[in-house]
Amino acid sequence: MTTTRPRIRRLPLNAAAVITVVVCLFPVYWMATTAFKPGRDIQSDNPALLPRTWTLDHFRAAVDADGFGLFWRNSILVTLTAVLLSLLVALGAAFAVARMRWRGRRQFMLMVFIAQMAPWESLIIPVYIISRDTHMLDRLPTLTLVYFMMTLPFTIVVLRGFIGTIPPELEESAQVDGCTRLGAFRHVAFPLLAPGLMATSLFGYITAWNEFTYANFLIIKQQDNRTLPVWLSSFQNVFGTDWGATMAASTLFAVPALVVFLLLQRHVTSGFAAGAVKG
Amino acid sequence: MPATHERTANRPLTTRPKRRSTGPAAREPHRPRHTRRADGRGPWPYLLIAPAVLGMLYLLVYPLARTVLISFQDFGLRELILGDPKFVGFDNYRTLLSDPRFWEVVGRTFFFMAVNVVLIMTLSTLVALMIERLGRFGRTAVLSALVLTWAMPVIAATTVFQWLFHSEFGIVNWALKELGFSSFDRYPWFAHGPAAFTILVVLVVWQSVPFAAITLYSALTTVPTELYESARLDGASGPRIFRSITFPVVRPIFMLVLSLEVIWTFKAFVQIWVTTNGGPGDATTILPVYAVQMALSSQRYDLGSAASLVTVLLMSGVLVLYFRQMFRQEDEAS
Repeated sequence: MTTTRPRIRRLPLNAAAVITVVVCLFPVYWMATTAFKPGRDIQSDNPALLPRTWTLDHFRAAVDADGFGLFWRNSILVTLTAVLLSLLVALGAAFAVARMRWRGRRQFMLMVFIAQMAPWESLIIPVYIISRDTHMLDRLPTLTLVYFMMTLPFTIVVLRGFIGTIPPELEESAQVDGCTRLGAFRHVAFPLLAPGLMATSLFGYITAWNEFTYANFLIIKQQDNRTLPVWLSSFQNVFGTDWGATMAASTLFAVPALVVFLLLQRHVTSGFAAGAVKG
Repeated sequence: MPATHERTANRPLTTRPKRRSTGPAAREPHRPRHTRRADGRGPWPYLLIAPAVLGMLYLLVYPLARTVLISFQDFGLRELILGDPKFVGFDNYRTLLSDPRFWEVVGRTFFFMAVNVVLIMTLSTLVALMIERLGRFGRTAVLSALVLTWAMPVIAATTVFQWLFHSEFGIVNWALKELGFSSFDRYPWFAHGPAAFTILVVLVVWQSVPFAAITLYSALTTVPTELYESARLDGASGPRIFRSITFPVVRPIFMLVLSLEVIWTFKAFVQIWVTTNGGPGDATTILPVYAVQMALSSQRYDLGSAASLVTVLLMSGVLVLYFRQMFRQEDEAS
């Protein structure tokens, strides 16, 4: 219908689209260009929208900054452990909910839905006190556990949906052919679940990678155990007023999240395209 | 490409998988009787959910119970180190509720929430309607930009906004100056209460609109085109079509997004803590910030816990609304 409209009437619409794109992208663009600009261009009275000369100095400064490698490693470690743990636990729970009938199933799902909405911002104080009492302050496993719990409910809900879309007849026929129940699940349902696992880990990965509050308040004395978000938030202590290095550090921090988001999204799409999971 | 976005958009809401008629609930009646009976017996389902239940008990229920307990105790730095806190009944709540500063914070929290949610919902509805009317190229471009913004880590975005609004070399001050507002020359945004508040609202809205807009757009695509055509044949105007056809269809998703955004207001804790710490003065202190300030800066863990519980209670009202909406969706599915 819209194609029959005169071109001129589409002008406001296209202008609005351009504005939306610019507003969305400008901060991201500005972060990247500032990171590549030489210092004197950053601190100038007439900022250039396009960098006149390019430099990698700021990235070098960010990478050479105290503890960058260490915090990077901490972040990866905590994120991956939390996501894998929650995938493992959620797979069992989601299978039980989607494929088995048992008393308390509805109650369990209600609990999961409530847990998904858990007011984490309001639980900092007790979690801090509990970690302190159990001598878990300043330790990465504490953070891993918290991130595991943050991602678990969502993972269960999504995996339940995915398992629900795989016809149980597939597994049943494998069982008839002599597979064990576990074997049937592993050989038949699991490959079909791969896109679901991918999509879910995407969300968990992003949540854990970005988490700031708990990383900030649970790791206080052992500065070596900090993660990237906390390190980045204290950039003023690290880089002073060096905005180029700060933006380079932000870019280095944002890129893995952006890449994973876009990469896994394609995986999920191909899974859908293959008809493994009908949309 | 758009289909991709729809998928990711719907995932956090988790409405899509269940709306399919092939969901588990829908299929069960057709399943052979013997398998169902075999499933119902034995400890297997309980063993499978045990780790998840234990995790929720230790990491959610226990901390929440602990908050309740601490809020009824005299719990300061001494008790934190030596233990053995005294039970003081409702003293903490009395102290809190008679503190005018607390009420200011509550008021500010609601104001912050209202401004954010109204802006987010209006802008994302407009963006969603716009995407629907765009051609294929424009649609892909806008959706890609939205996804990129959505994927931007909170801390990175917060840092970038601090740079955009930098008083001396920030691009915003430069642009405003070029446009003729010379009063913005070296304007220190984060030193003025209302200005800092505004920046935080802009930041939160910028980060929240992509999710809301993509979700609303995928809801819009479910409106049958025949309805539009017949409405147009009947001579209905644009706003009329939106009111009578589009909105009723997307209403459930709209309400879900709305309640999620209300609940997520409290997540702005991160942006606030990183940029202003609740300042200047108290200008950007909302409830979670206040609670953490009380507990970790003033060492009044008891008052902080009480404030946290008040926050949870305020939120649970919205949460009930959200769950009602969600279970209505679930029921439609099965």
